[in-house]
This record gives sequence, C-alpha cells and structure tokens, in this order.
Amino acid sequence: MRPVRLAVLATLSVLATSRPAAAAAAEEVTIGALLSVTGPAAFLGAPEARTLEMLTEQVNARGGIAGHRVRLIVKDTGGSPEKAVSFAKQLIDEEKVFAILGPSTSGETMAVKAIAEEARTLLISLAAAEVIVNPVASNVFKTAQKDSHAAALIFQDMKKRGITRIAVFSSNTGFGKAGKEQIAKLAPDFGIQIVLDEVYDKAATDLSAEATKLKGSNAQAVLNWSIEPAQSILVKNIRQLGISIPVYQSHGFGNLAYVKAAGPAAEGVIFPLGRLAVADALPASNPQKAVLVAYRDAYQKKFGEEVSGFGGYAWDAFQLLALAIEKVGLDRAKVRSALESTQGFVGQSGVFTFSPTDHNGLGMDSFEMLTVKNGRFVPLGN
Amino acid sequence: MSLDLALQYLVAGLTYGSIYAVVAIGFNIVYSATGIINFAQGEFVMLGGMISVSMARVVPLPVAIAAAVLATAAVGALVEVALLRWLGKPTILRMVVITIGASILLREVALALWGEGVRSLPYFTGDEVTSVGLLGARLSPQVFWVLGSVALMVAALEWFYRRTLLGWEMRACAANKDAAALCGVPVRRLVTLSFAMAAAIGALAGAVVSPITYTSYAAGGPLAIKGFTVAILGGLGNSGGAVAAGLGLGVVESFAVSVLPAAYKDVVTLTLLLAVLVVRPSGLFASGEAARLKEF
Repeated sequence: MRPVRLAVLATLSVLATSRPAAAAAAEEVTIGALLSVTGPAAFLGAPEARTLEMLTEQVNARGGIAGHRVRLIVKDTGGSPEKAVSFAKQLIDEEKVFAILGPSTSGETMAVKAIAEEARTLLISLAAAEVIVNPVASNVFKTAQKDSHAAALIFQDMKKRGITRIAVFSSNTGFGKAGKEQIAKLAPDFGIQIVLDEVYDKAATDLSAEATKLKGSNAQAVLNWSIEPAQSILVKNIRQLGISIPVYQSHGFGNLAYVKAAGPAAEGVIFPLGRLAVADALPASNPQKAVLVAYRDAYQKKFGEEVSGFGGYAWDAFQLLALAIEKVGLDRAKVRSALESTQGFVGQSGVFTFSPTDHNGLGMDSFEMLTVKNGRFVPLGN
Repeated sequence: MSLDLALQYLVAGLTYGSIYAVVAIGFNIVYSATGIINFAQGEFVMLGGMISVSMARVVPLPVAIAAAVLATAAVGALVEVALLRWLGKPTILRMVVITIGASILLREVALALWGEGVRSLPYFTGDEVTSVGLLGARLSPQVFWVLGSVALMVAALEWFYRRTLLGWEMRACAANKDAAALCGVPVRRLVTLSFAMAAAIGALAGAVVSPITYTSYAAGGPLAIKGFTVAILGGLGNSGGAVAAGLGLGVVESFAVSVLPAAYKDVVTLTLLLAVLVVRPSGLFASGEAARLKEF
C-alpha cells in the first residue's frame, strides 16, 4: 500500500478504536455483573439484576459514586458455570471492569473464583456456600449468608424439638452439594443422625419416588437443600403421600413464588432467611429495619413485584463497593483493603463486619427463622 | 418392602411413566407419517402448558385447555410448513437438525413471552395436598386425570388410524410415500396434519401434567429426551408400544430409587435403553420384520 494511504488508514483506525477522551467529567467506573437472570436459578438472578439496575439509576442521578458515573454491564449466565467462566473472562479482559458483582449461585462462583483472584479483580459473590470464602482469596468476598450458618440454625431448632433422625434431600448443583457437605459435617454436633441422604437432578419435575423412599424410612423430619422449583415439588409430593413430619428448607426457599407454587403444601415449612421478608414485624429498635423498609418500598414501587431477599444480596454488594470507592477512590488495591476493613455496615442481609480472615462478614444472627402461614412468611414463634 | 410401600413406588412410577408416554406418542405420530424424529415435540408439550395457564386467567379451564391445544396445533403446522416443506433434498439428518433448531426457536420465544418463572394450572380436582387412598397407596387425583387422558389419546389414535379414511391415508404415507401419492393421497397436506396432531396431543399432555410438574420456558428439552428414549424403547411408530414402554420405564425408575441412591435414576434409564437397543434394536414391541423394512 502506498505510504500516504497507509498513514491515513492507520490514523483512522487509531481514532476509531480509541475511547473519546472524557470532557471535564471524572472517569466512568465500569461494574460488571454475572447473574443467572434466566434458567433454573432465575429466582435469584432476576431480582438481583433489577436491584442493580435500580441502584445504578439512583446513584447516577446523584452524580455517580464519588463523582464517577457508573456503567453497569449485566451478563446473563443462565445459572451455568461454563457461561459464568466465559463471561467473567470477557468482563475482565475486554470490558476491563473495575469489579464484578455476582455470580448468583455457588457453583458458578466456585468456577470463577480462581479467575478473579488471578486477575486481581474484586469479586463480590451473591452466593451462599461457605467454600467461597473458606479458604479466603484476597479478592473474593460474598454478601449472602453462609450455608453453614443456615444449617446450624436449622439444627438448633431441630434439637429444641427433640428431633434426632432426619432425611436430607439436595439438588445436584453447587449450592446443593455444598449444603449437603455442611449438613453432614454439622449434624453430629447437634446429636442428629442422617438416616436418608438423597440427591436429585436440578431439573426434576416429580419426586414421588424419593418421597416414597422417605415414607419407608424412620426419619422424624426432612431437610431439603436446593434453589430450584424442586423445593416446591418435593414438599407437595411429601404431603400428597400423607407424610406429616416437619419439613425444613434452606434459605433458597425465600421467594413467595415457591410458596404459591406449592399451595397448601407449603404451610408449616420452616427455614432461615434474612430479615427483609418480615421487615414490618421487626421492632423499631432493630438496626436493619429502616434500611430494609426503604429498599422494599423502592423496589416494589419501581418493579411492581414482591421484593426478594436474593435481590438484597445484590443491594449489599453494590452499596459495600460504593462505600469503599467513596472512601478511597478508584484504586483497586485500596478499594479491596477498604472493603476488607468495613465494620458494622447495615445491609439487607445483615450487619456486615469484614476482616482479612472473614470475607463474608455475617454471623448466624443475620438469619431469622421463618415459617409459612396462610401463604405468607412469618417469624417462627416459639 | 411392605406391600403398601411397593404399591406406592408403583404409583409413583406410573405417574412419571405416563408423562414420558404422552411425549413419546407425539414422536410416534410424526415418525409414522413422515419418518422424521421431531425434536420440537418437547416444546409443544411446554407450549400447551404455558398457553393454557395464560388463557385460564380469562376463560374457564376446559376452554383454556381447548384453546391451548388448537393454538399449539397451529404452531405445529406452521413449523412444518415454514421449515420443512421447502426442503429440496429432505434427508433425515437435515430434518432432525431443523427440528432441533425449531425447538430452540420456540424455547426462546416462550422465554420472551412469558419470562423465566414456573407456572402451572390449578389441580383439576382438589389441590396440592389432596390425595386419595388406593389399596394402601396415596396418590393425587391429578394422576388419574393424566392416566385417563393418555388412555383416551391412545384409543382415539387407534380409532383414527384404523377406522377413518384419513387415518388410512396417513398409514399409506408412512408405508410408501410415492405409492401413496400415485394413489391420490394428498401427501403434503397429511404431513402438515401429522405435525398438527402431534402438537395438539403434546399440548393436551402439557396442560394436564402441569399441576404435577410445573412448566417453564425450558421444560421442553428434558421432556423430549425422555420421550424420545421411550419412543425408541417401545418401537418407533408404535403408539401402544410407547405407552407400555413409558409406563414400564417409569416403574423401573421408581423401584430403582428404592434400592439405589436416587441420583442414579437417569443412569438406570439410559442403561436400560442401551441394553434394549443391543438386544432388540427395533424396540421392545416392534415386529422385527416391519422394522427391517423401515429406513430408520
């Protein structure tokens, strides 16, 4: 090619690919999100995506985080760890995001944990499994309560009722597997013996055979650990067989849609959940009450649907990140340290206090034990 | 195992088995008339469920189901007319790939129209916890509705294929398309009709089964795989065989759960399929001679 033409072509291509220099405004901060908006974990990802969009709008209307406009990029992983991995790489390498919020599920988080750590990109997961933060990776945090705490709280309640033999059902997802391990580890501490331990497929549509196996066992209570509609299907099948022993669920049950789907079978199900669902029943002295009610009202006004504790995880992640950036500016290492030293942050999922050894920041008291009565979530009265 | 418990496992098995059987029947209808395996069959079942749930909000339940069946039949016919009819050289492989593409298309349209949530029709009789006792086992009344619908569908299909002119013409198409055309059978229209029928049957099944299994935009895929397995087991093209194979497979799966960990349920199904295909490749209930004459 003739030199002049080559020079013109080169100049044009440089101009085309370079970002236009920002005018007087401070630089944008790009935040990536890996959420399971569709697929079996859609009850987690969809409210999370909506919450992040709402918060981004709110924050940009105020002029951004410390004057930096937020550019939110949400990638729908469909709950698939493989997609989460490929989108994570895309967000880190191509979009050069400042931090990643998500993924929504434990299986996906475990798949991207090493990638984020290696790329030294802050990852604030919205998933439950304890293994996400144990062993601690310096750039990986999580805002959802730990599955081990949920299990311990459930076992406490079982012990109070004198239950010593239980049947455990879990789905074959990362969440289910991690929960199953925690359950097996913690049960002996509460004097509880697992007499039946079954795993079902995450897309299962009928669990009558498993419920029949339960009927033939001498379990005094059932503990189910999954995040899919199978939660409702299992309860239904159990009650249809005339089995009336108590059914406990994980905090994955915290969406009223599961209750509606199970109809009267959901009555009396016991499970731990963050306080968002029962914000009104809290005493005014509770430190979380104001924050919970504000989020719930804003979400319901904007989207016209019930707020969900899962969306709350996203709220916490976004606000914690924003707080850290406001404190120290757009320096990755400084923001990571600021996040790690956050104390007493009142969020949707609980009151967070992080430390170098605790990247979850929540304890067992972030949960409230709830039950279903007349199709609504109410605190478990004792 | 006590008799009560064994009976309960049997009932659970019949419940799933009937679900597999109806999907398999849909595969058989299309296969009989055209030699194509229509992998969009699972989506027809899903559409039946989804459309009837949406319609049930505005019209009474039976009308909603009827509307869903008609609408899905129209979709089935549309799939055939728009995607398959214009193939110049219709090899089986090409048609299978196109139907897989159609299934993906239908799934994404369902996602766009209805979102990602799960839905179901209300139980036809009773609710989520009603159960009737039957010789010591307990089952939901909805199971009777499913089994009843399956029996009705099989009976109606038998009558159609054996006693009506249209049914004879479809069997003629299945036996030898060119000879049938020479006899004045409107082959192209019957192919469209077979898709519409398979879609209608799938839709009815989807509606009746939705209280038990819930339905969502992605429900079609796993159903199609199980239904296809059962159709092969029973012998492709044999509706009675599909029902027997479906119920049989459901019962085997259910009893497998009683001895093996439940996680191995699918392993049992697929091992059985492989074993049958090795010993009797044409399926359990197909006649070996007739099978040798078919292409597939």
